[in-house]
Amino acid sequence: MARKDRLSGNEAVAEALRQINPDVMAAFPITPSTEIPQYFSKYVAQGKVDSEFIPVESEHSAMSAVIGSQAAGARSVTATSSAGMALMWEELYLAASNRLPCCLTLVNRALSGPININCDHSDSMGARDAGWIQIYAENNQEVYDNLCMAYPIAEHKDVQLPIMICQDGFITSHAVENIILNEDEEVKNFVGEYNPEHCLLDPECPTAVGPYSVTNYYFEAKRAQAEALKNAKQVTLDVAKEYAKITGREYGLFEEYMMEDAEYAVVIIGSAAGTTKEAVDRLRKEGVKAGLIKIRLFRPFPGEEIAEALKNVKAVALMDRTESYNDCCGPLGAEVSTALYRANAKALAVNYVYGLGGRDVKVSDMVNIYNELQKIAEEGKVEEFYRYYGVRS
Amino acid sequence: MVDKTNINKVGLKCSYKDLTLGMMVYGEKTSEAFKTGEWTSVQPVVDEEKCINCLMCVPVCPDSCITVVDGKRSPFDYDHCKGCGICVKNCPPKAISMKGVK
Repeated sequence: MARKDRLSGNEAVAEALRQINPDVMAAFPITPSTEIPQYFSKYVAQGKVDSEFIPVESEHSAMSAVIGSQAAGARSVTATSSAGMALMWEELYLAASNRLPCCLTLVNRALSGPININCDHSDSMGARDAGWIQIYAENNQEVYDNLCMAYPIAEHKDVQLPIMICQDGFITSHAVENIILNEDEEVKNFVGEYNPEHCLLDPECPTAVGPYSVTNYYFEAKRAQAEALKNAKQVTLDVAKEYAKITGREYGLFEEYMMEDAEYAVVIIGSAAGTTKEAVDRLRKEGVKAGLIKIRLFRPFPGEEIAEALKNVKAVALMDRTESYNDCCGPLGAEVSTALYRANAKALAVNYVYGLGGRDVKVSDMVNIYNELQKIAEEGKVEEFYRYYGVRS
Repeated sequence: MVDKTNINKVGLKCSYKDLTLGMMVYGEKTSEAFKTGEWTSVQPVVDEEKCINCLMCVPVCPDSCITVVDGKRSPFDYDHCKGCGICVKNCPPKAISMKGVK
């Protein structure tokens, strides 16, 4: 039986972690993810979990400890944001290349500088090519559900890769929402035991993790890693299907909102999708065929599926909550544009950078975006592909 | 499908699908079993007529590919020779030279 509660995004993550009962958490506090290890360490102190909590001296050490414990055969987790993730940089790549299915609960926050503690996606988007699975959430319910599904995806024999469960700093991490929680037993059974085929603490088969690979092997190692990430797409769908059986809540690679007959679409990641849904509802009442695609799985990227979902739209806005400093496109803009080009899509695409450093995104802002899309469709051309929304000119 | 726990079976002919997960090495004392000699494109070759069996090549080999057996220099262990050429430089009668293998 499900339980109803009111939790912030960080509380929801801590609650999911309590239910998952991982073997090890190693973490260092950083706003806005601090509460996750704070709440979890309380559960450790209260004996509500069997986990070992490692209070480390930096995020570099947090990720290193997670890699070490995961390699030892322990299901491991950490939490961080922004600069904390930046300090994990080398280890992010190591966790992926060593094929260790650990979990990072990321609370998205702008990277310095100027220093800022509010939401944008520059931290996780910077790490988008680190080899991790990345799943994003619109609200607290989703981040809770995504975390419950994290280990079954990451540990699947066809995947065995680390997974990043992302939510928007403050917007969901600190906002309290109604939430439906699973029973402890349901989560425990769904996640199951972690039994890696090989691990450092196996006395029957000593294992060396992370050995040097000369040129003769490195490329093959990366190719195998890429194949595993590719497999994560189907596994994510399969796990979501199993999860729906116990919760009734269904998840795909992305969510399509009013896309069936949409002529104007927005592709967006995270909490601003909720705001966009309200804009879609308002525009629909006025007869505008607006629709939304909300990315859930960003790595691996479901390009073909998104191009298919966009095949009938006249104009689409690709919304990046990060600046890519390339004068060409943002990460989401690049991925979706490539997918549209490959599919010979007729949709006119425009790529917006928005919401940096916690800049508020209102329903009226998203209505403005749809109005711009209608203008683009009428004129039949996009003057400027890469542009900014909500910045003072 | 190769036996991935047997490092002997993991080599240059393996498809990326047959290498170990994350390139992990399973089992103990694998340095002897794993043929690092396949990394090189050149190998030292001895001219037996010039070799005076002074054994100067033995201690300088960083991969212990030249040993002493019954007081004499052993044949080179090409399974582990990485072709560094130090034995060539150290051979007093210049009996060792590098030859391409591929």
